[in-house]
Amino acid sequence: MSIRVYVPRDTTALSLGADTVARRLEREAAARGYPITLVRNGSRGLSWLEPLVEVDTPIGRFAYGPVAPSDVTALLDSGLLEGSVSHPLALGPTEDIDYLARQQRLTFARIGITDPLSIDDYRAHNGFCGLESALQREPQDIVEEVKASGLRGRGGAAFPTGIKWQTVLDTPADQKYIVCNADEGDSGTFADRLAMECDPYMLIEGMAIAGLAVEATQGYIYLRSEYPLAKQVLDEAIARTEQAGYLGDNLCGSGRTFHLEVRLGAGAYICGEETSLLESLEGKRGLVRFKPPLPAIEGLFGRPTVVNNVLSLAAVPFILAEGAEAYANHGMGRSRGTLALQLAGNVKRGGLVELAFGTTLRTLMEEFGGGTRTGKPLRAVQVGGPLCAYLPESQWDMPLDYETFAEVGAGVGHGGVVMFDDSVDMAEQARFSMEFCKVESCGKCTPCRIGSTRGVEVIDRIRANDNREANLTLLHDLCETMVDGSLCAMGGMTPFPVQSALKHFPDDFQRAANGDRS
Amino acid sequence: MNHSQKWAPQAIQAEVDALKHKPGALLPILHALQDRLGFIPEAAVPIIADALHQSRAEVHGVISFYHHFRTTPPGRHVVQICRAEACQSVGARQLEAHAKARLGVDYHQTTPDREITLEAVYCLGNCACGPSIRVDDSIRGRVTPEAFDALVDELQTRPLEVMG
Ligand SMILES: Cc1cc2nc3c(=O)[nH]c(=O)nc-3n(C[C@H](O)[C@H](O)[C@H](O)COP(=O)(O)O)c2cc1C
Ligand code: SF4
Ligand code: FES
Ligand code: FES
Repeated sequence: MSIRVYVPRDTTALSLGADTVARRLEREAAARGYPITLVRNGSRGLSWLEPLVEVDTPIGRFAYGPVAPSDVTALLDSGLLEGSVSHPLALGPTEDIDYLARQQRLTFARIGITDPLSIDDYRAHNGFCGLESALQREPQDIVEEVKASGLRGRGGAAFPTGIKWQTVLDTPADQKYIVCNADEGDSGTFADRLAMECDPYMLIEGMAIAGLAVEATQGYIYLRSEYPLAKQVLDEAIARTEQAGYLGDNLCGSGRTFHLEVRLGAGAYICGEETSLLESLEGKRGLVRFKPPLPAIEGLFGRPTVVNNVLSLAAVPFILAEGAEAYANHGMGRSRGTLALQLAGNVKRGGLVELAFGTTLRTLMEEFGGGTRTGKPLRAVQVGGPLCAYLPESQWDMPLDYETFAEVGAGVGHGGVVMFDDSVDMAEQARFSMEFCKVESCGKCTPCRIGSTRGVEVIDRIRANDNREANLTLLHDLCETMVDGSLCAMGGMTPFPVQSALKHFPDDFQRAANGDRS
Repeated sequence: MNHSQKWAPQAIQAEVDALKHKPGALLPILHALQDRLGFIPEAAVPIIADALHQSRAEVHGVISFYHHFRTTPPGRHVVQICRAEACQSVGARQLEAHAKARLGVDYHQTTPDREITLEAVYCLGNCACGPSIRVDDSIRGRVTPEAFDALVDELQTRPLEVMG
């Protein structure tokens, strides 16, 4: 029997040469007379170890990483196919890698273990159990289960998922929709991508359950165009799910219907905002809508629509299969379940860290992240995406949960943690926040559209030491105007990173753009 | 993507007809055209407008709203550099400056030999292994200036088989 060797195929592994590693392994093993069975699994989410090669042994899977194509010969020489741990890249049993062993993988229980497109693998790891359970239950029952789990939206606003579903269930209509927000535009986030590339059936199952819960028969995954691989994987997974009878006109022979289609965005960050997303799905410019009406009442094409983030929907199969309590048993306070944190930026060991709510940032950045990649002192961290505050060291000991972060004007957002070492110029970062808003504003309201343009100019003048004090006052005022007068969080929250930079890193605004003290 | 392919109004019409019945068909149509032709030619606008019973101005409005869609032909390869925060923290600004200098173009421009169009992008979901860039449909991580130069050499060397 030939030995099974796993080489991940997610975007990160591929971006670091996984295809070449896979080809070399196959070729060189064959040349040595040991043909291997190559499995292109998903990623385990240990990005810094990618490409992470694994080998099946009688006592479980053994890992090697990060493997460059040029390491393949030496790894085979050292006995990789027998699980030998003599090579410096050998990591021992995969499940014992500290970074992974210390996590609580609920949503991401399967990633990296399975072949993402194999329905058999998915079924062998509890796949479709949630859907099968949902098919036996009344819609209200399903909604109650989701409510009882305490699941809150993972897209940023943390709204209780069950309550949103209740509104859609309670609104009569000839057609309802489930829309998955897969726009994942925040820098520093890639958990949605990992879920879609590495365990696509989980999202499909979650959406089908949502359909049953609110009596919607059509679903759309609105996927950002920056994720070409996720598009391929999802399209293929949807086709295979239909073939297996878990999607279509007669779900598992129940007579219930749910159809699903992937739609691509087109490089507009604002289309992650749910009403802008719906406009875009309708084929229009992504202008933000006034609320009310809520999308749950008048959403896509004016019909009641559930809009949920990938991870909110992906958590649902577990909740239906294992019960609300199993999910709610994790977490703290009103933040139940697990949070998918993503360690990104200047970090030594970046990757996905799924943990119950309540860990501190410091634990995350030091014990998991191992500090900065450059080895210089950590100076600032942006948690929750480009619209959230930069946090200085004094705020790294707060537990990560929605309420604690909200109290200090910070956000957990979609769980992105972007680390910066002490070479960062926080005035330059503040300028970027305004510039990003200027580029990505939908243009509907003045404080955002004009405010961000002015914001860039004002920060440029501050950095050029042109009337510095007066311009700093102007910048503070401008931030307040944007916060108070913007229609949506794009304009309304862009000031948060700027204000936090001003507050916690004022010195950076006192030096010239070239970094010298003036 | 084969951008050198000539487009014909019939080809555009066929793409539009294949998709116009979908709910919210405009973005799928624009994607199909750009995937096939590399850009959205001006001649496509009236065809789309007719098929969807919209005004040309509306169609133009949508095309111009989205950064992804372009109305002029790109070079043989499109290289996007991630400008977002996580990549900034590991040298994206330096990479960006290096890329512009090496290629002699700014964003949204194409090298004179029409090999490479340079674009900005805000996050490719590869934020633990930046700086990241996208070359056509493949994403590359931990791109140093030296790795960027090697990539450009690779892209500018045409394979021996004669290209169309
Ligand atoms: C500017 C802006 C960008 C957003 N981007 C995203 C996104 O990329 N993905 C996402 O799920 N939610 C995003 N949201 C939040 C959505 O509007 C919405 O709250 C979310 O999709 C609801 O799903 P959830 O309840 O499951 O979190 C964004 C909001 C704003 C204001
Ligand atoms: S705040 Fe900005 S993005 Fe939001 S609606 Fe206003 S202009 Fe559009
Ligand atoms: S709608 Fe929120 S500030 Fe006007
Ligand atoms: S910030 Fe560059 S890939 Fe995410």
